[in-house]
Amino acid sequence: MTHDPHDHEGHDHPHDDDHGHDPHAPIKAKEPDGPYQFLAEAVRELLIEKGYFTADQHRAFIEKIDSRSPALGAKIVAKAWTDPKFKQRLLDDGKKACAELGVDVVVANLVVIENTPAVHNVVVCTLCSCYPVFVLGRPPDWYKSAAYRSRVVRDPRAVLQEFGTEIAPGREVRVHDSTADMRYLVLPMRPWGTEGWSAAQLEQIVTRDTMVGVAECRVRS
Amino acid sequence: MGGQPAGPVSLAEHEIEPWEKRIEAILRCLQLRAAPVVTVDELRRGIEQLPPGIYDKLTYYERWIASITNILVEKGVLSRAEIDRRIAALKAARARETA
Amino acid sequence: MSWGAGIASRFRPGEKVRVAARFPAQGHIRTPFYIRGKTGVVERICGQFHNPEELAFGKPGEPAKVLYRVRFDQAHVWPDYRGNPADKVDVEIFEHWLEPAKS
Repeated sequence: MTHDPHDHEGHDHPHDDDHGHDPHAPIKAKEPDGPYQFLAEAVRELLIEKGYFTADQHRAFIEKIDSRSPALGAKIVAKAWTDPKFKQRLLDDGKKACAELGVDVVVANLVVIENTPAVHNVVVCTLCSCYPVFVLGRPPDWYKSAAYRSRVVRDPRAVLQEFGTEIAPGREVRVHDSTADMRYLVLPMRPWGTEGWSAAQLEQIVTRDTMVGVAECRVRS
Repeated sequence: MGGQPAGPVSLAEHEIEPWEKRIEAILRCLQLRAAPVVTVDELRRGIEQLPPGIYDKLTYYERWIASITNILVEKGVLSRAEIDRRIAALKAARARETA
Repeated sequence: MSWGAGIASRFRPGEKVRVAARFPAQGHIRTPFYIRGKTGVVERICGQFHNPEELAFGKPGEPAKVLYRVRFDQAHVWPDYRGNPADKVDVEIFEHWLEPAKS
């Protein structure tokens, strides 16, 4: 089936061409539009009618998807920065430590990998798009893209540069390919100039990109 | 895919749309039972089995629903005929709404 | 948590292992192409999990197999690697894809 590209207005940024659909078209209507959207609606209705799940259960999952964001990860990182014992528990067993903060790591375990002056970590799933959604929400398009998945494992420093991140030649760059049942969260380094900051202030500078490993935390003016 | 030649990473992002969330929610609902109807492993395998021409034309969640549908049909949970009938009905309803 | 505690595993953290250079024509394989045939060091034992190669086809994937994180030198994995020779890549690999490495 072909998919008609939507009209779009004045977008001049590049986007990857591995599909015929412009993801930046203005959202015309909330209702399904193309063949796959009709397919999704048909499948959903039929499954509900046949009793595989209820409309309420389906709605509850959408709310769950909506409730997850990188704010959860930021909370965990900020606590690790201010509480060394928590940090050690986090590094030893990410799932158990997250549970202390009421965050349910639904997978087998969360491997928390600490950035240090010696080592910079970055995460990818070359085989598909495995991502710690329970602490970061949905992955960004670039994380799922063929370009990122192909290149970050082979030339991580060049890919990090495309994100505006330079890793000093003397530091080790360690790529984590999420191929099986573990999920990964980068514990970024706490920048200088944040001494005495409150948890809320610290959480503000812990962005999604710093927890995937394509950026480092910065003190913003 | 790791190590294949590829161009620069596009940093552009789109916010997940309602229809995309609905697809994800379908998969999660199918995993509510003790014996999931479609597992994540089956979803991945279904995506890998999409013909190369189709894979490249679809967006991320379109690939998901294509895979989920193929597996549901493979397992006899739904039939192509009833899916097609329902799509036709939905399209007709949409045409009436916008007429 | 002691990763791997109580698990009867073939390999131990710190041990050198080689990823099998197998290229099955079909099936759902979670061992990336780029790492097959390469040698690395076990970084940790992740636990025991059902085989995704079988789960992908609705089979139970039993008995559960040991999953390892294996650390590789990037300079060894990619002949033309640009970067610090100390750079690494860590990959999760199932036991049935690993062999002892000849030192």
